[in-house]
Amino acid sequence: MKVVVLVKQTFATEARIELDESGEIISSRVKKVVNPYDEFAVEEAIQLVERKQAEKAAVLSLGNTETQEGLRQCLAMGVDEAVLIDESGMGGADSSITAELLAAALKKIGFDLILSGYVAVDDNAAQVPMRVAEILGIPHVNVVSRLEVQENSVKAWREADGRTEVLATQLPCLVTADKSLNKPRYPTLPNIMKAKKKPLATYTPADLGVDLKSPGCRVVRHFLPAGRAGAHLFDGTPSEAAAALVSALRNEAKVV
Amino acid sequence: MAEKIIVLAEVQNGALRKNTPQLVDVARRLKSNAESRIILVLAGPKIESVATEAAGLPVDQVVRLEHDQAWQGTSEEILETLHAARQELEGDILVLGNTSLGKEIGPCLAQRWGWGMISDVIRLEDHQGKPTFIRPCYAGKVFDEIEMLQPQFVLTVRSNAFPPAENDGRQAEILERVIALPKDALKTSLVEVVERPTGKVELTEADVIVSGGMGVKGPEGFEFLKPLAEVLGAAIGSSRAAVLAGFIHPSHQVGQTGKTVSPSLYIACGISGAIQHKAGMSTSKCIVAINKDPDAPIFEFADYGIVGDLFEVVPHLTEEFRKILQS
Repeated sequence: MKVVVLVKQTFATEARIELDESGEIISSRVKKVVNPYDEFAVEEAIQLVERKQAEKAAVLSLGNTETQEGLRQCLAMGVDEAVLIDESGMGGADSSITAELLAAALKKIGFDLILSGYVAVDDNAAQVPMRVAEILGIPHVNVVSRLEVQENSVKAWREADGRTEVLATQLPCLVTADKSLNKPRYPTLPNIMKAKKKPLATYTPADLGVDLKSPGCRVVRHFLPAGRAGAHLFDGTPSEAAAALVSALRNEAKVV
Repeated sequence: MAEKIIVLAEVQNGALRKNTPQLVDVARRLKSNAESRIILVLAGPKIESVATEAAGLPVDQVVRLEHDQAWQGTSEEILETLHAARQELEGDILVLGNTSLGKEIGPCLAQRWGWGMISDVIRLEDHQGKPTFIRPCYAGKVFDEIEMLQPQFVLTVRSNAFPPAENDGRQAEILERVIALPKDALKTSLVEVVERPTGKVELTEADVIVSGGMGVKGPEGFEFLKPLAEVLGAAIGSSRAAVLAGFIHPSHQVGQTGKTVSPSLYIACGISGAIQHKAGMSTSKCIVAINKDPDAPIFEFADYGIVGDLFEVVPHLTEEFRKILQS
């Protein structure tokens, strides 16, 4: 069985977002990491190989040369091979185009189980994995906190609003990770060295034979949230402060 | 063009989900002219009271869809039922909540139907006469204004971002349809459901959230916050640090790697206000911080604050809220 993990390189979560003079998000100088939710998927894939439930774990990403760093990190964590679809010169891909490219690469490299984080912490769109499952015509389970893989099927614990659903479906399928799935490991130094020798293949959209459609929507502008003035602080004893605060919430903010 | 706007209403615990009137509000804002129609779709077995409540909303029609196989209640069933009813519904815009269900079936239907999609919409605006959609990125550290270039599209809408549409005193007609699903359409079976005791109020839909961080010192600190939450009918949230420390289940986490919330009132108790936490709650209408450390970053973006020990302040707050809410 082959597990392929879809990963995305994102800004580190501690990054502050700033805009340049033309209103674009400044991405140079910002530390990039593998999307934290994808790390859970990577860890799960490695554990499946370690438990001999899978023969091979691969990571697949759409990105540019900068993305190689993230893929090397996944290799250092323990996956066997990495595939990069180089989008340099494409001028950005929306969720639909990204999914088309990933699905084409998945068909090319083969898969039995596809894993991924359920959302990326940059665009927060949470569209790509579901779209990939659609294109490939395979079942999916979204936002999973526990996964059991059997020979031809999976059992997955889906974190829905207010409840956990235990779902069973057939392989091949796609499963997305929630943060309680596992605890991703840190790469060790020997594994970081080993990772440098593991295969990292690069494809272009043309290699995959994907016709790039024009995007379905357009970002008119980015803007930063309006700053807040800073808190109005209430002094006095806890009792006085609490009374003044509740009065302000009722009469000034009108939220209670 | 008079478009047809489909709103999918969810049923939760046998009742119409709280975000439904908010989705109808979005649909009303999307109407380009008087001929535009809003169809509220309910998918699932018949619940009389839900259909009646749905028909009271300002929509043109309520359509209850059921499929011809045994109903388990999976999102796949709703996905396949909506897909199979596509010709009959003839929609142009599909409005979903940005809920577990919406996040799962929205991208699937957009992909299958060749429609556009925008997730987690919090506001509608217009740009040179064309409607645009505001959505947060980086969990709210930055916002995007997006213009849809395709005529047909799916939206998922953040809970609490729009006001509920008011009933207009009319009852819309209710149609019932049983949709024949292809035999192999359903590939996923529901083995078991574990209800999570997260309290009565869903975090992402709560009007008020009482949230705790490292300052609550342990799992018993979250118990300590409960009376305050109960008086306010609030959901309990937490910082990532409190989850990592094992004080509370991860489903309570608010922030960039947790839930993003927009309540009317967010009360942060013993939360320092790291940028990742701020990202998840900064669209709250009113933020209150209680923290011992006067230099905690949370005071920079809270609206109101008390510098003090939460274990001393919170009981007084509970008492003050009780006085005004029960009088």
